[in-house]
Amino acid sequence: MTTRGQRRLSVTRWAIVIVVGGYLLLPLIAMAEFSTRGDFGSRSLDSWIAITEDPNLVEAIITTLAIAALTAVGMLVLLVPTITWTYLRAPRLKRPVEFLCLLPIAIPAIVLVVGIVPIYSILTRATRGNPLVLVFIDIILVLPYAHRAIDAGLRSIDVATLAEAARSLGAGWPRVMFQIIAPNLRGAILAAAVISIALVLGEFTISSLLNYDTLQVVINLLGKRDAFVAVAVSLAALIFAFVLIFGIALVAGGGRRRTKETIEEAVVS
Amino acid sequence: MTASTPASEQRPGADPALGGAGSQRRRWAGTYLPLVPFFFYVTLFLLLPTFIVLVGAFQAADGSPSLESITTVVTGPRFLAAFGRSVQLSLVSALAGAVLGGLFAWAVSSGGPGGRLRQISVAASGVLAQFGGVMLAFAFLATFGFNGLVTLLLRDSVGIDLSKDNTWIYGMTGLTIVYTYFQIPLMVIVFLPALDGLRKEWWEASTSLGGSSWTYWRNVAGPILAPSFLGAVLLLFANAFSAYATAFSLVSQGSPIVPLQIGEAMSGEVVQGQANIGKALALGMIIVVVIVMGLYAFLQRRASRWLR
Repeated sequence: MTTRGQRRLSVTRWAIVIVVGGYLLLPLIAMAEFSTRGDFGSRSLDSWIAITEDPNLVEAIITTLAIAALTAVGMLVLLVPTITWTYLRAPRLKRPVEFLCLLPIAIPAIVLVVGIVPIYSILTRATRGNPLVLVFIDIILVLPYAHRAIDAGLRSIDVATLAEAARSLGAGWPRVMFQIIAPNLRGAILAAAVISIALVLGEFTISSLLNYDTLQVVINLLGKRDAFVAVAVSLAALIFAFVLIFGIALVAGGGRRRTKETIEEAVVS
Repeated sequence: MTASTPASEQRPGADPALGGAGSQRRRWAGTYLPLVPFFFYVTLFLLLPTFIVLVGAFQAADGSPSLESITTVVTGPRFLAAFGRSVQLSLVSALAGAVLGGLFAWAVSSGGPGGRLRQISVAASGVLAQFGGVMLAFAFLATFGFNGLVTLLLRDSVGIDLSKDNTWIYGMTGLTIVYTYFQIPLMVIVFLPALDGLRKEWWEASTSLGGSSWTYWRNVAGPILAPSFLGAVLLLFANAFSAYATAFSLVSQGSPIVPLQIGEAMSGEVVQGQANIGKALALGMIIVVVIVMGLYAFLQRRASRWLR
C-alpha cells in the first residue's frame, strides 16, 4: 500500500467516526441543551432542580433504585451457585441452564407481560401493590446478560481445581461457594450486577402494563406535563448508568486486570 | 464437558461409598438438588407465563378451546398490517443500523483491542445499546421535536422549518430513525469481535499475491465476515421487533406496530370475543422471533468456522 492510500484510508475512518459518532452524540447534546433552557434564551438549571421538588419523581427514583438493587442481589443468589454447580458437579445440565437463561431473548418483555398477568394478580394482592414485587420478573429479564457475565468469569478461572483443593482441605460445599469461588469471580459478579442495575433503571414495558410507577413510567407521564424536566431526568438516568459502568470498570482497573477484562466482556455482551 | 464428572466422583467425603440403590439415589440428589431453586424459579416466572400465552391464544374468553383469537388476528387487516409494519420497521432499522454500526466498528477497530478510541466506543456502546425506551423518545423530541435543538437551529439559520410539518417524527419515519439509533451501538458490540477475527496475515497474503484492496474485501474479508454480518442483522431485527417503550412514548396516534397493539389489547377494555387477542398477537411475535433467532444460531455456527 502506498502512503497516499493509507492516508486516504485513515481519512475515511475518521469521516465515519465523526459522522456516525455525531449521530449518536447529537440527541445527547440536544438533551443537555433542551433541559438547561431558561427564559428568553438564557441558560438555567431550573428543570434539573425541579427533579428533586417533584415528590412523585423522587419516590419513583427511590423505588426503582431499590428494585434494581434487589434484582441484582436476587440474580446473584439464583445464578452464581447454579452456574458454578453446573461447572463442578452437573456438567450435563450446563447447556439446559444456559438455554433457559438465554430464553428471554426469544420471548420479548411485551410477550412475557401478557402471560405474567395472572401470576402477578396473585402477587399484587398478596403484597398489597408493593412495587418491589417487580423484582421477580426483572430477574428473568436480566438473565441473558447476567448469565453471559458469570459464565465468562467461570471460564476464566480453573473452578474445578479450586474446588478440588478446598474440598481436599476439608471445606464444605457452602464454604467452597462463598469463600473460595465467589471471591475469584469478583469481576464477573460486579459486571453481572452492573448490567442488571442498568437494565432495571431503563425498564418500562412490564412496569407500565402492570401499572407500577417506576422511574420510566413516571418520566413518561411527566413528559406530557413538563417536557423539560422529563428530558432532564432522562439525561440524569443516562449519566448515572454511564458513571456506574465506567466507574466500576475504572475501580476494577486499579485492582486486577482480569476483573476489568471481565467487566468489559460483560458490558460488551 | 463431561470431563470433570469422574474427578468429582472421587472427591473425598462427597459420596460415602456404601454401595446399593439408596446411596446412589442420595448421590443423584446431591448432584441435582442444588439446581432445583433455579429450575423452579425459571419455571414459575418464565416458562409458566409463556405457557399461559401459548394456551391462551387457542382459547375463547370462557377458557374453552377455540381458534377464534387466531382467526381474528389472521383475518383482521388491522393486525396483519401491524405485523407488516413491524417487520418493515425492524428490517429497515436493522439494515441501516448494521451498515452504520458495521462501518463504525471497522473505523474504531484499527487501533487494535488496546486503542483508546475503541475502548471508549465499546464502553459507550454498552450504555447506549440499553438506552432505548422512554428516555430515547424524549432525546429525539429534544432534537427534532417542535422546540428541538435541530429544529430551532435549522429555522433560525437556514430558514427550513421542520416544525411546520413535524408529524413525521411521531409516525413510522420517526420510529425508523429512532430505532436505527439504538441499533448502531448494538451492532458495534456484536460486530467488533468478528472484525478482530480478521488476521493481518490474510491481508498481507492477498496483497503480496498482487491483490488490490478491492480483491481483499471481495474475496477474503467479505466472505469471512458475511455470516457474522447477516447474523448481526438478524439479532438487530429481533431487537427492534421486540421493542415497546420507545414506540409507546413516541407514537401519538393509534397502534401501528404489533407490540403497541398487544399493549392496547392488555390495557383497553375488552371487546366482545376478543379477550385473548393479546395472546394471539404475542404468539405471532414468538413465532417471528424464534424463526429469526433460529437462523441467527445457524449463522453463528457458520461464522465460528473462521473466527476462533
